[in-house]
Amino acid sequence: MSDSTDKTEDVAPEPRHRGIGVEETAEGRQELETVERTDPMELLIERGSVLRLPESAASDPELGDASFGEGETMIINLGPQHPSTHGVLRVMLELEGETVLRSKPVIGYLHTGMEKTGEELTYVQGATNVTRMDYLSPLNNELVFALAVESLLEVELPPRAVWIRMLMSELNRISSHVMWAATNGMDLASTTMMIFGFRERDLVLSFFEKTTGLRMNTNYIRPGGVAADLPDGWEDDVSAIVDTIETRIDDYDELLTGQPIFRQRTEGVGILDPELAVAMSASGPILRASGVAWDLRKSMPYLAYDEVDFDVIVGTVGDTFDRYAVRLNEIRESIKIVRQVVAKMPRGDYRVQDKKITPPPRGRIDESMEALIHHFKLFTRGFDVPVGETYVAIESPRGELGCYMVSDGANKPYRMHIRGPSFVNLQSVPALLRGGLMADAIAVLSSVDPVLGEVDR
Amino acid sequence: MGGHPDAEAGPRRDAALSTPEEPGAGAEDVEAAADGPALVTAGVAACAGVPVTVRLGQEVLHPSRAQYVEVARGLKEAGFDFCSDVCAVDYLRHPDRPLPAGVAPERFEVVANLLNLAQRVRVRLRVQVPESDPACPTLFYLYPGTENMEREAYDLLGVRFADHPDMTRILMPEDWEGHPLRKDYGVGRVPVQFKEAPGPR
Repeated sequence: MSDSTDKTEDVAPEPRHRGIGVEETAEGRQELETVERTDPMELLIERGSVLRLPESAASDPELGDASFGEGETMIINLGPQHPSTHGVLRVMLELEGETVLRSKPVIGYLHTGMEKTGEELTYVQGATNVTRMDYLSPLNNELVFALAVESLLEVELPPRAVWIRMLMSELNRISSHVMWAATNGMDLASTTMMIFGFRERDLVLSFFEKTTGLRMNTNYIRPGGVAADLPDGWEDDVSAIVDTIETRIDDYDELLTGQPIFRQRTEGVGILDPELAVAMSASGPILRASGVAWDLRKSMPYLAYDEVDFDVIVGTVGDTFDRYAVRLNEIRESIKIVRQVVAKMPRGDYRVQDKKITPPPRGRIDESMEALIHHFKLFTRGFDVPVGETYVAIESPRGELGCYMVSDGANKPYRMHIRGPSFVNLQSVPALLRGGLMADAIAVLSSVDPVLGEVDR
Repeated sequence: MGGHPDAEAGPRRDAALSTPEEPGAGAEDVEAAADGPALVTAGVAACAGVPVTVRLGQEVLHPSRAQYVEVARGLKEAGFDFCSDVCAVDYLRHPDRPLPAGVAPERFEVVANLLNLAQRVRVRLRVQVPESDPACPTLFYLYPGTENMEREAYDLLGVRFADHPDMTRILMPEDWEGHPLRKDYGVGRVPVQFKEAPGPR
């Protein structure tokens, strides 16, 4: 934040008439200020980077020409079936030659009504639904859902459950960021990077499979704790994974960071001011790349992030290269956190010992009638949650992942709203693309890292 | 803990539920707030007189539709420069939710989550929106980042945001009828667009 305030202080105290010119306008003679003098947010609203056209306009040349016929602009579609749009994102671009003027991300192709589905599933089943939203970081989705339910239940988790969650969440951040590095490499024509990224992600996914039984959509973090304890020898597995990835990250660094083609395609491309990033509600690596040191793990700690030591990685320019650098270094910070978790993992229960929330162990069901009843009730009806509403947010690999949950006292959420970071970050795209080249649009879109499963939900 | 614990748990929790009809049900919340740590919105002039509740450690303001934008503007000037979320809720089947005294429940609520990056605190605004006129002022001119969030709320719940620059559907197809997250919009009521060949069922 200090960055942005410094900037405004540089500009604001100077007399405002410095940049004024007198122009003949339709309204008569007017004093006009140059664009550089305008507050970036005002400029954003006034000039509008968003192409506010109906979705059908891009397929209707006459409508496009009629509304935007001046000069040589044309409207073209990027996606939804374009290899570099990461899923089914479509961007309508208004082009003047090869320069992008306004643009509009058109989304909804993957909309499956998960918030509506969430109202039909009990709190016990809910994690299976939310985990499918951001399919590159399923454990973070489960985490925010579980935290929201626990916030309404006002239960406190045993420390081991908290630290297991932290371990899985950080491993997931690593896998998500290397996956981003892979797709970003592919977008910028580095096939090697793609193969490397998928290779490293597989290490983490194999550990997920060993721990949770599934590689993706794990349904591992549930209200009340986690589904199972970590497998025997997990310390060795995790240490081996982070040791390997740490050396591989150095390979990435060598492969991309100093590479002239990569730098030319990313440096100075798609710059986002810190003020604008905050105004656009951007979060995660995009916000941090713009120089705003805001990371919910540090700023508003949840789980036990206040007990581990790590740094918040911040960029200086806010361009595509910074977003790459922030993510790459966040992998290193996550590795730091994972190592501390391995060293400090407390012993004890991995889920809360409350019969109303946690199903009994399998062995107890054969011996105890009460355990059988609890098991049956939990998996048929679930548990009731007191009336209330809560908003819980965590730092997912893509930014602030929030869950607003309303309970009417029943066994299902009355309303479950997910604040998807990809969904919100995507609206910075028009501001990032404006004035850039068509070819840069690919690099910029990739650097925003939208996961369409979460955008459309 | 024997017998059927869940069968007991339901009604007991219902009894503890405070309804707005009960005198002082909401006032309790307000008093609790006064006893606890100072409100993060205490010094903001625009928030004076706006009912406030604190529950689960989260501060919630209940401005009216007319106050909504002014309260948000006051909060923005007080440092709440990040709007993290705007969504809407349809309270059709849960009309007796706890609300502070002086706030009449309506069918819809628009919920905005504001964040103060410098002081690291959040505040939530809950605005009652009646069914007869499901519209609410937009926060777009204060927080341009609410553009897509408000479009989503309009698309899925049918709450219109006045003066929003692009009040169109965002997730559903443009020609879709109805607003799927409304409580009277049944799951599976609308036939799917692409059906399989008619089977024996």
